[in-house]
Amino acid sequence: MVPVSFYILLSAILFIIGTLGVLIRRNSIVVFMAVELMLNAANLAFVAYANQYQLLSGQVFVFFVITVAAAEVAVGLALIVAIFRNKKSIDVDQLSSLKG
Amino acid sequence: MNPTLIFFLILAAVSVAAALGLLFSRSAVYAALFLVLNFITVAIFYLLLNAPFLALAQVTIYAGAIMVLFLFVIMLLGTKKLRRDEQIAWQRPLAISLAAVLLVEIGVLIFGQARRGALLAEIGPDFGSPQAVGEVLFNQYLLPFEITSVLLLVGMIGAIVLTSDSRD
Repeated sequence: MVPVSFYILLSAILFIIGTLGVLIRRNSIVVFMAVELMLNAANLAFVAYANQYQLLSGQVFVFFVITVAAAEVAVGLALIVAIFRNKKSIDVDQLSSLKG
Repeated sequence: MNPTLIFFLILAAVSVAAALGLLFSRSAVYAALFLVLNFITVAIFYLLLNAPFLALAQVTIYAGAIMVLFLFVIMLLGTKKLRRDEQIAWQRPLAISLAAVLLVEIGVLIFGQARRGALLAEIGPDFGSPQAVGEVLFNQYLLPFEITSVLLLVGMIGAIVLTSDSRD
């Protein structure tokens, strides 16, 4: 049996790679995918602890996270498409219209 | 080393490699495919962790539906325009050092905490089955479930409104 701390460490590594993706990449679709990676890493931690403590609530929570991620992807990608229509670019450095 | 641990380590290496592939690939399409690979390895971890229902939901919803949506949008916007990856000079080292700090902090927290809390040995055969998850979902978490449906409706309306041309 694999110790739960291994899963948590893997989840932390995946989460941090996702964070790095958000910080480093300029393409907003890739940034968005990195956010999905972070959500997924958090889900892995939930399932690992659900297994550790034998509580199904952790798995149900992952279910909710997946649902929220689906809604988030629908709205987020719609936003990206709308921004691309207006600005002809989805580079996050170019989106500075709100800067004073 | 028992076989499960070896399997876990190999799969973890694949998972981290796929995540790094997402981080460093130049093309958005390759990044999406790396992310699909990562989602599938995480689904196998769910199977190892006695969550078969979630593993299948992960493959169908995440690797299936969500990533297809991503690929559609990438195709829609054209991959050629996505290639340019300009950097602000100080951004990358700062991001990497911040990530290293975060990793060390999480490592200290995990290995400080993990000593207590022994592993529970036996798990019933129907732990994580669709029936068991459904019972918890529809009894204990009925209200959040209903709220989720409203959230999905709002997400759908939002996507339609945001992408409709009639605004401008």
